[in-house]
Amino acid sequence: MNILNNLFSSVDLISTLQEFFVILFILMGCFFLSVGTFGLLRLPDVYNRLHATSKSTTLGAASIFFSGFIYFGFQGMGLTSLVGVFFLFLTAPTGSHMISRAAQKMGVEFFGDITWPIESDAKSLSKKPPSKK
Amino acid sequence: MSLNILLPTILLPAMILVCILTLFCGYRAFVGPTIPDRVIGLDAIGTNITAIAVLLAFLTGFDHFILIALVLAIIGFITTVAAANYFSENEVIQ
Repeated sequence: MNILNNLFSSVDLISTLQEFFVILFILMGCFFLSVGTFGLLRLPDVYNRLHATSKSTTLGAASIFFSGFIYFGFQGMGLTSLVGVFFLFLTAPTGSHMISRAAQKMGVEFFGDITWPIESDAKSLSKKPPSKK
Repeated sequence: MSLNILLPTILLPAMILVCILTLFCGYRAFVGPTIPDRVIGLDAIGTNITAIAVLLAFLTGFDHFILIALVLAIIGFITTVAAANYFSENEVIQ
């Protein structure tokens, strides 16, 4: 009982737990960044590569941001890193969606003999005239 | 007791790993077959560099590097949207 009381009243436990979670999130971020980058290198198609980077790389960077939040706490730059997590989850799907739409309008084909599901939709999207003022 | 030593030990290999991954993304940005491939490579480089900036905040103890990481994420997003608009619509702001 005395040992338990000593353990829970000490500041060392909290700081050790904090550092354990910081290490855990940094390792998770490194893993997801590696998965995203090797997917970017190895996958055969523009759309497949977008699938790799927009999920895994975003999750890795957000996890490293979250380790920053755990490290600095509820003050100053810790809250800023929470804003960074929110911003990454908000903007990375938007950016990759815009890239894939641009690739479709430029007429980048799929890998292999896969086509768009409805042919008229693809044609109406790709032959849309550029909007000018 | 040993975790206080483990965090500085693990920061430098993580930093080196993320830097090497960024160089690999540069391979896709240089030799991508189509233009959207290059844009994807540059976007992945931007995301990796935000992670490098957060790790620099741990390594140097200067916590304003997290603000730098946030600004780099914003600049990467704006660059991606501008490049996608430019290559699909031939103009950045219509």
